[in-house]
Amino acid sequence: MGLDKIWVFAEAQGDSVASISLEILAKAREIADTVEVFMSGDGDDHAEELGDHGATTVYATGDLDGSLQGSAVASAVAAGIDSGDFDLPDAFILGTTQDGRDVAGRLSVKLDAPVITNVVDLELDGDALVGTEPVFGGSTNVKTRFTSDKVAIFLVRPKSFEAESVGGAEADVEDLDVPDLGAAGGAKITDSFAEETEGPRLDEAAIVVSGGRGMGEKDAFSMIEDLAKILGAAPGATRAIVDSGWVPYSYQVGQTGKVVKPTVYIASGISGATQHLVGMKGSKNIIAINKDSEAPIFAVADLGIIGDVHKVMPKLIEALNNR
Amino acid sequence: MKVVVCVKQIPDPADPGELDPETKTLKRDVKLILDESDSYGVEMALQLVDDAGDGEVHLVSMVPKNEVSGLRTALAMGAASATLISDECLSGSDALGTAKVLAKAIAAQEPDLVLSGTESSDGYTGTVPAQIAELLGLPSVTFAKEISIEGSTAKVKRQTEAGYDDVECPLPAVVSVTAGVVEPRYPSFKGIMAAKNKPVEELTVEALGLDPANVGWAGSRQDIIDIAAAPVREAGEIIEDEGDAHERIVAFLDELKVL
Ligand SMILES: Cc1cc2nc3c(=O)[nH]c(=O)nc-3n(C[C@H](O)[C@H](O)[C@H](O)COP(=O)(O)OP(=O)(O)OC[C@H]3O[C@@H](n4cnc5c(N)ncnc54)[C@H](O)[C@@H]3O)c2cc1C
Ligand SMILES: Cc1cc2nc3c(=O)[nH]c(=O)nc-3n(C[C@H](O)[C@H](O)[C@H](O)COP(=O)(O)OP(=O)(O)OC[C@H]3O[C@@H](n4cnc5c(N)ncnc54)[C@H](O)[C@@H]3O)c2cc1C
Repeated sequence: MGLDKIWVFAEAQGDSVASISLEILAKAREIADTVEVFMSGDGDDHAEELGDHGATTVYATGDLDGSLQGSAVASAVAAGIDSGDFDLPDAFILGTTQDGRDVAGRLSVKLDAPVITNVVDLELDGDALVGTEPVFGGSTNVKTRFTSDKVAIFLVRPKSFEAESVGGAEADVEDLDVPDLGAAGGAKITDSFAEETEGPRLDEAAIVVSGGRGMGEKDAFSMIEDLAKILGAAPGATRAIVDSGWVPYSYQVGQTGKVVKPTVYIASGISGATQHLVGMKGSKNIIAINKDSEAPIFAVADLGIIGDVHKVMPKLIEALNNR
Repeated sequence: MKVVVCVKQIPDPADPGELDPETKTLKRDVKLILDESDSYGVEMALQLVDDAGDGEVHLVSMVPKNEVSGLRTALAMGAASATLISDECLSGSDALGTAKVLAKAIAAQEPDLVLSGTESSDGYTGTVPAQIAELLGLPSVTFAKEISIEGSTAKVKRQTEAGYDDVECPLPAVVSVTAGVVEPRYPSFKGIMAAKNKPVEELTVEALGLDPANVGWAGSRQDIIDIAAAPVREAGEIIEDEGDAHERIVAFLDELKVL
């Protein structure tokens, strides 16, 4: 027996729907009869893809004219509920993204409903939805459900579910009216910048080669880039070296960066702090190179090399180049 | 310019403790420290007030048992004063309950700018900043990697998936800062001594005008139904590099057919 209805906050990524949103749709469709989507921007641009992934209706705000999504989308959803335009869903599920958190936070205040965060799995227990949240760096799993009759709001971490095209018909597109936001809507985007990247996307690549502080210095990171290029992999990094300015934030893997689940993850000069592990330990195969045999990264490695990256990496690059 | 910074005091992450199976809350019998995530907000606030030429930095912290050790670190860095909210009934608060308490304490300060971390190191819901902003009816910019104040506008570089957005926001506003935005200063000896005498106002839930039924376990309306150890990965093959470890890596990649 499933739930009647789930709402999903969807985000666009360029011309497509962000993978996190498609992942959530797959799970929502599995547990509820009806799945409806809320998003900013033009719903018509995404109705086909969203329908294909199981959504029946897309409520879209249209162009927000630079306003951040948090206040706008939360206010629009709350206003629709207040005016009786919408029947309340059993749950509202969003991705753990910058804007997902903003919408969830603001909506939780408007509906006076708590948010269950960092969810990596959702299951039905009778007619209650239960979220699994890893704590203490993933060593412990906590299962939580809501005890109120409010809308259950969940923030789901990327790569928790697998996106699935189910061949559904194009979703209906409905206007989502954004009420006057007052002071709360005052923040405006005036310009956007994207980091230049080559090769596969970090969160989609089949192989990820990541470097950490053990690379020693910024220049040595070129070994990571070189190896990534040879393997057709995406380069990644720990927060330590992002904070040190060696590489941009878009390289960061971990709790506050990207979650990756490649076929192979190569960790070079990375200690394996819990906040890094939560971003990569779902990888199918993990290779670690670290000179400290006690480094926690070895606990998750399928192949661990106790050694100096400055010795192992150049030889590895050469060997692969010679093939 | 008056800047209020939310600072969470947490058990040292190097020794994260455990969930109490009885109360299902974090066991907090260890000494609390200033959450590293909030040291950036404190530093940013001090720099912005410096740049503005006048003003002050006030701290707000909700914590069990009137703990101040983490707060003292932030005062020693240079914050002028603090509000500390402690109350038995706050035990088990969720993020929304926490935000309700912090928002009341912040409003009393009538700040021009409210700073927080994007997410704490122990709970990391990352929802408190937006919740505070909504409760106060203020605009918010989360994930700030750079902030400057021009007149009554905050100009923020906001981190995005792909890079960053330039965002302009009228003050007063709530801005949450990412780690690494600024280099937090170490408290000087003079700062540490001065911190001992800086005013810390201690408040209860009632003094803030909140209903205990809306905060703490009572207000969180969540039920933890299971706590279990996560499945662990099986240990793999660990070898010491004798000058030929790269060959083993190549062979491993070959086995996986990814070359
Ligand atoms: C709230 C919060 C969120 C965080 N989010 C993230 C996140 O999203 N992602 C993330 O990565 N971190 C995150 N962190 C930081 C995390 O706790 C660690 O500090 C960080 O991951 C460490 O990076 P590192 O492994 O590069 O550096 P270190 O921990 O310094 O490790 C360097 C390693 O390199 C090894 N080494 C040194 N020299 C060599 C050599 N010549 N050859 C081989 N090995 C060598 C050392 O033995 C050591 O194990 C977060 C922290 C907090 C508090
Ligand atoms: C392992 C674990 C999991 C949890 N899961 C959930 C959950 O799913 N949903 C939920 O609602 N609650 C959850 N909680 C409870 C929640 O962490 C607490 O309510 C906490 O007080 C506020 O949330 P946060 O630390 O996650 O804040 P975040 O939103 O991550 O913190 C952002 C910033 O808000 C400010 N801030 C947060 N708390 C305080 C404070 N007490 N004093 C001053 N400033 C503060 C700081 O500037 C901080 O950097 C969880 C707690 C733990 C330990």
